[in-house]
Amino acid sequence: MSDLRELYLEMVTDHAKNPRHRGKTDPCDCIGTGHNPLCGDKIVVTISLDGETINDVKFDGEGCAISTASSDLMSEVLRGKTIQDAKDIFHGFHELVAGDGTAESVPKKLAVFSGVREFPMRVKCATLAWHTLIAAIEGNKEASTE
Amino acid sequence: MLNTEIIADSFPALHQTIGDNRLVYLDSAATTQKPQCVIDAIVSYYENDNANIHRGVHTLSQRATQAHENARVSISRLLHASRPEEMVFVRGATEAINLVAQAFARPRFGEGDVILITEMEHHSNIVPWQLICEQTGASLEVVPVCDDGSIDMDAYKSLLIPNVVLVSMAHVSNAIGTINPVKEMCKLAKEVGATTVVDGAQAVGHLQVDIQDIGCDFYAISGHKMFGPTGIGCLYGKYELLQEMEPWQGGGDMILSVSFEETTWNDVPFKFEAGTPNIAGAIGFGAAVSWIQEIGYDEIFKHEQELLAYGREVLLAIDGVELIGASKQNAGVIAFTLKGVHPHDVGTILDHAGVAIRTGNHCAEPLMKRFGLAATCRASLCIYNTRKDLDYLGVGIQEAMRILG
Ligand SMILES: Cc1ncc(COP(=O)(O)O)c(C=O)c1O
Repeated sequence: MSDLRELYLEMVTDHAKNPRHRGKTDPCDCIGTGHNPLCGDKIVVTISLDGETINDVKFDGEGCAISTASSDLMSEVLRGKTIQDAKDIFHGFHELVAGDGTAESVPKKLAVFSGVREFPMRVKCATLAWHTLIAAIEGNKEASTE
Repeated sequence: MLNTEIIADSFPALHQTIGDNRLVYLDSAATTQKPQCVIDAIVSYYENDNANIHRGVHTLSQRATQAHENARVSISRLLHASRPEEMVFVRGATEAINLVAQAFARPRFGEGDVILITEMEHHSNIVPWQLICEQTGASLEVVPVCDDGSIDMDAYKSLLIPNVVLVSMAHVSNAIGTINPVKEMCKLAKEVGATTVVDGAQAVGHLQVDIQDIGCDFYAISGHKMFGPTGIGCLYGKYELLQEMEPWQGGGDMILSVSFEETTWNDVPFKFEAGTPNIAGAIGFGAAVSWIQEIGYDEIFKHEQELLAYGREVLLAIDGVELIGASKQNAGVIAFTLKGVHPHDVGTILDHAGVAIRTGNHCAEPLMKRFGLAATCRASLCIYNTRKDLDYLGVGIQEAMRILG
């Protein structure tokens, strides 16, 4: 049986209760909206860029603990990374929560989401922010987990 | 006094563990579990009587036809229809409402006509009418819901103008459990000459429904929400109305004779049942009806009301719990939120404790919006639930508060 404690690690619940990166970036070079019809969650991700480099990422909206913590930690690890880095990190993250990836293939802070894999119904909560980020970067504006 | 432990014994799916915990099933508004007799009826049909109906002279076909039609009779008696032909077999409440929309409303309605629904409807009693409005030019009006989850009857009365051609309302709300005064609402609707549709999906598994007493023109039900299988339901329609209506799907069984020049329709209700129906489903549905009658609605309603009161008590004793739309006339549905904890997380944590509830918008997005929420938690009660189940719910919620509150 999957272990709840693996899902709601202290780092996850802490970032869920006290997100550090909620808001809107200024300037806002990219904006994307994400929707998870399963739980009704909607988030907005904004990015400020310096050429190909991500200066800042912020998110807004209400979501569950997994989605909020994932949005917050995503914003945290992406600062100073390039757009290509962001895409690579998402790939590793997706493999971690939904595929065969290991914690080694993602930035250390994201390893706290390893437990999500045991809760298939929650994978979309963990990836919503990332899908929204990619939509923002690619100018699609809207992402959906469906 | 009802022995619910014995009742629960008839439901094989209830006897399992989720991880280390006994399953506590509090999601019967989504679908009820099935008693052994329903499962047996379906198995027995396939093992002994499987044949197509209405068209064979051989023994199996006769048996299958008989069983299928017996189920129609049982359902019509359960709901006090005036004759079995008033019950049309469909896939479920959704299809029943769509049938009324497409076969009754679409050819009759137009510009200037008003369709009235309520703010607490399930999407299946909203979207079919939106389609009709698009197709006919009619417009949709919505009766608001009060803070306690009841329908605003004053608003209803003022919305009932002569242009209203049809009123469609839930008998019981799936999201918050309100029992609506459908008899009074139908009477008022009749005063302006409107046709009345009642969505009974959440009613018939829990309370005595007398269609003639309610006085509605149409009543929609789903078998799977009243101990029957999925994929089968009924539309009740007043005999004269069903007779007036044109069919909505063409095919076998719904015709009397077919030629390339002229095809004539079969009688009601077969006119609306094109193609080979869900025979096993109807038979299982019939078995579910017999099971309900054995227990009796008085016992079912009494038991669920007692559980509802107890469940509300258990939840309100927990700091941070807020009940949503807990009206006085309520079926066994408890909608709630936890302060600072998202329903989705509550659902996962409860599942881990073996407690199955539903979280989300419950296919009633407009109602959620009315209460300013994106999602709620919903525990829905059934005859097989016990006080102990609600104690486990309470413990699970406390755990959720401990982890995330
Ligand atoms: C009030 C109400 N109406 C209609 C439906 C639709 O029923 P079905 O999906 O069985 O067609 C439901 C199911 O959740 C319901 O709760």
